[in-house]
Amino acid sequence: MADTIAAISTAPGEGGIGIVRVSGPQSEAVMRRLMSVCPEEIEPRHAYFGRVVRDSSDPDAEVIDEAVFIYMQAPASYTGEDMLEIQGHGSNVSLKAVLSAVLSSGVENIRMAEPGEFTKLAFLNGKMDLSQAEAVIDIIKAKTDLSLGIAEGQRAGRLGDTIRDIRATLLDVLAEMAVDIDYPDEDYGDDPEMYRNIINDLRWVLSDIEDLLDTAPIGRIARDGVRAVIVGKPNAGKSSLMNAILGEGRVIVTDVPGTTRDTVEESASLSGVPIVLIDTAGLRESDDKVEKIGIERTERAIAGADMLILVLDGSRDLDEEDENVLKFIENMSTDHMLVVINKEDLGKSVTEEAVRAKLPGARIISTSLIGKGAVEAASKISEEIGEMFDLGNINVHESNIITNERHVHLLRKAAADIDEAISMLQNGEPVEVAELSAHYAYESLGMIIGEEAGEEILDTVFSKFCLGK
Amino acid sequence: MGNNCFKEKYDVIVIGAGHAGCEAGLVCARLGMKTAMFCTDIESVAMMPCNPSIGGTGKGHLVREVDALGGEMGINIDKTFIQSKMLNTSKGPAVHSLRAQADKEKYHQEMLATIRGQQDLDLIEDEITELLVDNFDKNTNDDKVKTCKIKGVRTSTGKEHACDAAVICTGTFLSGKIFIGDHIEVSGPSGLRPATKLGDNLKELGIPIRRFKTGTPARMRRDTLDYDAMTEQLGDEKIVPFSFMNEDKTYDIDQISCWLSYTNETTHKIILDNIEKSAMYSGNIVGVGPRYCPSIEDKVSRFRDRKRHQLFVEPEGLDTELMYIQGMSSSLPEDVQHAFYATIPGLEHAEILSPAYAIEYDCADPLSLRPSLESKVVEGLFCAGQFNGSSGYEEAAAQGLIAGINAVSKLKGRDPLILRRDQAYIGVLIDDLVTKGTNEPYRIMTSRAEYRLLLRQDNADRRLTEIGRSYGTVSDERYERYLKKKEAVDSEVKRLRKMKTDIDTFREFLLRHEAVLPADKDLTEEELKTLERKKKDIEETANQTFADILKRPAISYEDLAEIDDDTRPALSENEKTEVEVMLKYDGYIQKQINEVEKLRSLEDKKLSEKLDYDSILGLRLEARQKLSEIRPLTVGQASRISGVSPADINVLLVYLEKEMRSK
Repeated sequence: MADTIAAISTAPGEGGIGIVRVSGPQSEAVMRRLMSVCPEEIEPRHAYFGRVVRDSSDPDAEVIDEAVFIYMQAPASYTGEDMLEIQGHGSNVSLKAVLSAVLSSGVENIRMAEPGEFTKLAFLNGKMDLSQAEAVIDIIKAKTDLSLGIAEGQRAGRLGDTIRDIRATLLDVLAEMAVDIDYPDEDYGDDPEMYRNIINDLRWVLSDIEDLLDTAPIGRIARDGVRAVIVGKPNAGKSSLMNAILGEGRVIVTDVPGTTRDTVEESASLSGVPIVLIDTAGLRESDDKVEKIGIERTERAIAGADMLILVLDGSRDLDEEDENVLKFIENMSTDHMLVVINKEDLGKSVTEEAVRAKLPGARIISTSLIGKGAVEAASKISEEIGEMFDLGNINVHESNIITNERHVHLLRKAAADIDEAISMLQNGEPVEVAELSAHYAYESLGMIIGEEAGEEILDTVFSKFCLGK
Repeated sequence: MGNNCFKEKYDVIVIGAGHAGCEAGLVCARLGMKTAMFCTDIESVAMMPCNPSIGGTGKGHLVREVDALGGEMGINIDKTFIQSKMLNTSKGPAVHSLRAQADKEKYHQEMLATIRGQQDLDLIEDEITELLVDNFDKNTNDDKVKTCKIKGVRTSTGKEHACDAAVICTGTFLSGKIFIGDHIEVSGPSGLRPATKLGDNLKELGIPIRRFKTGTPARMRRDTLDYDAMTEQLGDEKIVPFSFMNEDKTYDIDQISCWLSYTNETTHKIILDNIEKSAMYSGNIVGVGPRYCPSIEDKVSRFRDRKRHQLFVEPEGLDTELMYIQGMSSSLPEDVQHAFYATIPGLEHAEILSPAYAIEYDCADPLSLRPSLESKVVEGLFCAGQFNGSSGYEEAAAQGLIAGINAVSKLKGRDPLILRRDQAYIGVLIDDLVTKGTNEPYRIMTSRAEYRLLLRQDNADRRLTEIGRSYGTVSDERYERYLKKKEAVDSEVKRLRKMKTDIDTFREFLLRHEAVLPADKDLTEEELKTLERKKKDIEETANQTFADILKRPAISYEDLAEIDDDTRPALSENEKTEVEVMLKYDGYIQKQINEVEKLRSLEDKKLSEKLDYDSILGLRLEARQKLSEIRPLTVGQASRISGVSPADINVLLVYLEKEMRSK
């Protein structure tokens, strides 16, 4: 018999209610065992209020909690199996007690669910396609409105629908090729237009896949956040900038240069945009071994970042240390560079014009990162970042954005295979070889939504083409 | 009943003498088994009750493979063909497919003579009505005990014959029923006697039996057709035989022609006006028909926007009046048939010698078979051909040969011959049938073969001769020839991979073949530019080996002779073809071999037939049911079962790993 699994499904911590979920063939038995007075006939999808006990057959059993029991019958449930939800009070202690009662209820093959297992079951039982199941995991992990919106769209099946559309076009092409190969006697084969049409259709498929791939950088940012490396001479205010954005004193700020010797990563949400701030060691020429390592780390962090934030102390003239930092970054692209001129309140020795002359194209703001100025600075910075990555123009509720590395990999592979099929046909190479490449692409696309190629190509052949023997 | 009732004792009894039965009977006898073949009528031996041709896309590959394994079909058609054609020559060599028009009567006669001349093989004209089995308990519900074992057969007159193994290949004879309009008749194909009792006996034994149907068009009198109104279809000038044993033979025969014509809107109107009179539409036929071979009423009603459908008129032999109307099968009443056939150019005054009909027959669900083609229900009973839900002469022959080889393997106590999907179309065919099952008569197609670049008809001998040899089906003569050819091809491929000429000769050669001015036409400025660019490219191309030159689309192996030296060997046509294909498509072939290797580990992981899938945690319910029903022999086979997901395969792999560690 299949396992019955159980877990606390609400987030840890105190809440108004908390839910223990059970899925598997023994769900009903669990309910009969745990509900102190269980009705003879349990109506599925009906909310029963009752007491939770360890063993309902024992009249003296201690009451663990009062809860709402909802039984769902396969396949009409989230996982597609029989399910039970016990909605009790939200305290950790009582939820754990309920779960423990479920697990020790004595029914056959019951065990604790693995992380994500309910969703996995839902996928395996055909309740959702693979991209939907992955989206559920993303929703659970989503840190910001932006990534939540994308994940929600994916869960609703939007990505699956798009992939299915692309596959449907490709399926027609594959069927045409199959007819051409397997029915050389038929009227269809002699059509000189056929290959031209096939190439055209493949081009459409390719451009659809590329459109999806184009969203991958944005998707990654939405999912993992904008990776921003903060550089500047020691004590210019890098850590203050971080604190301003994070709104808490997580990074120690002192006026001794070189305090921040390691790179420090922090995640935050700036007006709905996830951002990962990477604070670096100062870029001072140093004999200090520890600090040298810090500089190397900074270099590595910049190489893997989406943007660079340079912090300058605006109250003093640029000195040799500032020049060192500028030298360090002067050959980098300024498209994704933001310069924050700090300590505006203490004087204006560094002007925006002077910085622009050195770093043409960079975005520049003047502000004060300490005290009252911090809040204002954070909102200015978030505005600049939003514009830099064009995040305001993403309509997460309508467009498809690829956020998953596995999807990116499969889409790239599919695009490469389609591209190969097109060039083979153009170069007059055999159609049955080109067909294989197109077929691989069809399989890659199927893997995104967890569908494998089966008989559907032949089904299409026979439904679209009139073929005799 | 005791064994003493048996009059005679055979090692193997073959039930049916069609294309599957002939291969099975011959191979068993050739492997030294005392063998009997039963048929209801001697006329049915190697009979072609439908189209008068052997081969075609995918099917031609099957014939080549049967031949490489020592089967008879290729040799028999080479003796009796009246037109030969290589299909798909405009495409790559992987899908070149040979097809020959057969002289039906001669095909039957030649095969009959081969069978009669075969030692240890008895051909008996009698209907088998019952399989005699051991250990059969009709009342048990336990699947594990249900299996019984074959020990003989009983004929319609009550005579019993003992055997240790049997091959069943009843074609369309098993409980056959013919439909022409509302006329229904219990009959085998071409009016021959059907087998009426065996079907019920098989059901009783627990073999899952179902009903399929197929159809055949009308036959017309040769001299009543108007050939001027149709387009002539000639055979190829250069004739390529099917059998490896005939590769060096030259064929100098007068090939017959086939004829192409088309239906028109009048034809379609007559069919649609009378559609409810068709047996297919009246609900009389319960069997499932093949989608790839629809009746004309199916074509017309399903594809209403098509203004015409093509049909081919094909002679059934040299000494017969019968002309076969390919593409026009039907189960409409005879008067309607007369009316619609007469609307077709060339057939206006045709005399119909026998009308089109649909035929319904019993066959087994192939999911009840092992990959060796042995029944899971009756031990020692091997199954082949239309009985397994396939259609086509070639598909039948391929299964008959494998079923025969495996019946013998069983009796000799050796492992069955199970060809993989990357080894042969036969492997694809049988794996599809026993792993995926089929809901309609199954036809092989090149698009079913995922490794089709490896499964070419030019290399069937290379793929299968050694395997056949190890099962004893390949004669010394064939084996020696094979070794000689393989050596010649391999050493030439090796030579070409090293061979180079000097750089000037190389570039001149390329210029001559790739940058030629067409003599008959003036070039546009654009074309001239392209030509100039090409010339410039060639001037800068570094020298290449002959193997690499051969990868260029414009260059053939024959062309290379121009720059070759005296180390170039004298090869036969077939050897040349194989060398060229091996080198030209080297990259693609290598890509496919890599694919095969990737999946090979799954094919090598064996699953016990007795595995209790209910005891494996984590398998989904559907997967458990399917795995328990089909009982795959490898994880690779399991992965192809519909309803078994990649996640289930991972569960199986984890289970196997655990099992191995605990040992």
